[in-house]
Amino acid sequence: MLNRRDFLKTAGLAAAGAMAVSGCATTGRNGARGHIVVVGGGFGGATAAKYLRMWSNAGVDVTLVERNAEFVSCPMSNLVIGGYRQMSDITVSYANLRDRHGVRLLRDEVTAIDAAAQKIRLAKNGELKYDRLILSPGIDFMIGAVGGLEGNLETIPHAWKAGPQTALLRQQLEAMPDGGIFAMHIPKAPFRCPPGPYERACMVASYLKMHKPRSKVLVLDANGEIQSKKALFTKAFETHYKGILEYLPNNELRSVDAKTRTAMLDFENVKANVLNVIPPQRAGQVTSMLDVPLINDRWVDVDWLTMEAKGVERVHVLGDALFPAPTMPKSGHMANQQAKVAAAAILNLLAGEPPNGEPVVMNTCYSYVDPKAVVHVASVHQYDATKNTFLPVKGAGGLSPAANELEAKYAASWAKNIWADMLA
Amino acid sequence: MRHKICLLLLVCAAIAHAQDPNLARNLAATCANCHGTNGKSIGDNKSLAGEPKEKILRKLQEFRSGEKPSSIMQQIANGYTDAQLELIASYFAERK
Ligand code: HEC
Repeated sequence: MLNRRDFLKTAGLAAAGAMAVSGCATTGRNGARGHIVVVGGGFGGATAAKYLRMWSNAGVDVTLVERNAEFVSCPMSNLVIGGYRQMSDITVSYANLRDRHGVRLLRDEVTAIDAAAQKIRLAKNGELKYDRLILSPGIDFMIGAVGGLEGNLETIPHAWKAGPQTALLRQQLEAMPDGGIFAMHIPKAPFRCPPGPYERACMVASYLKMHKPRSKVLVLDANGEIQSKKALFTKAFETHYKGILEYLPNNELRSVDAKTRTAMLDFENVKANVLNVIPPQRAGQVTSMLDVPLINDRWVDVDWLTMEAKGVERVHVLGDALFPAPTMPKSGHMANQQAKVAAAAILNLLAGEPPNGEPVVMNTCYSYVDPKAVVHVASVHQYDATKNTFLPVKGAGGLSPAANELEAKYAASWAKNIWADMLA
Repeated sequence: MRHKICLLLLVCAAIAHAQDPNLARNLAATCANCHGTNGKSIGDNKSLAGEPKEKILRKLQEFRSGEKPSSIMQQIANGYTDAQLELIASYFAERK
């Protein structure tokens, strides 16, 4: 077999020149070699897997461990709940990662991590050795924090991990009689996708306004106020959904009664026809297999230059599972950006070079306030070497001035491009 | 003495700015979520791959100044330094 140096010699200057033009020959002085195992095929993990292969010119081996057969996107899933998209519109195959990028796919789950020996154990496929491990597990729910919720997620869906739960909540909404109550609960921040619950409230209200106008949406928020795009959502609630949607801040959920779909709050009980409880969240359980304390018992602390977990060597963590840098949201967009920081750093490290000392990440979250009008929030975060973290750039980023149709077009385009960026 | 300090500062500056050979690639990858991997868009966002560097830079400057109205690009372009935008524009211009 030819290694890359031989290949270059044989192929001669013409090929080398061509590669330089396409940027492939600039992968540092010596190409990276090694095996990277990526756990979790969401916005972070899938992006990392693709970019590791693409940027190393297929020089490193990548195995992606994912428990689901297909990727189902949380962004755009509120449109499915409102009836404006189908499940198939938010579902993407992993096949291109394998067929185009040579990523080895394992449909499996991690049962143990031995960071000292650089290996993990899988439920079905035995042990895997790695040179670098990437965990991109997203969030897990702290179901026990809400009394009576355990074991009742079919009656009281969260739909906060896209997939069967999304379809289930849509079915319940469709089956709800006109004049019914759709109650949703938002946990105390931090949670995955800060604008997401408010977008969901809009999508549900939009559907009810059109099809079941005597119904109500009750938004029970444990927080004191709307957590993202506050003025824009307030405007939508008060104009588009006046009389249908009621926003109730400072309402922390204590327990639920699944039989009667009742939410027990501090001061009152709310009986609903559809009860959508988004439970409190923490880093995906697999992070508890690392021998490090989580911040607030919930989130992983990382070195932002490499995304390496503090206190464990050669294990990198991405996405919603992280204790974020200042103002950094838990979003799919951000996980995709962090994945690229990690991929670049890992390829440098495997080639014996220091990581890029000046990485940048940026975020955008588009939210639908009605099926045709969208608002965004954006930010750019530059690495600050004196503080060892990413800091938002002052004077950059911001919000849409108002909900508008042009950004509905761009939001759809964003979804297409980011899904392709991770999976095509 | 003054010379020594100057030299030290220079050396430090050089170390601090030891630029990653893939800096342009890494920076350009922050645009891919909307403009596609390597600037090849499959949606309503414009592709940036293969666009002349000067054209990309001019548009970014026009977004920044507000001369060219934008839904989001002003807010994004303001987050990068001139040097970073220059690297990004070169990178996209070299894609096919
Ligand atoms: C969140 C999505 C998003 C991201 C990320 C993004 N763009 Fe844009 N870009 C847009 C949109 C939308 C437009 C159209 C102008 C507008 O409404 O802001 C645009 C337009 C442009 C244009 C003008 C294209 C033309 O031919 O008219 C350029 C150049 C550009 N972007 C460069 C960049 C660069 C460079 C980056 C990364 C630093 C970037 N964009 C990141 C959404 C994005």
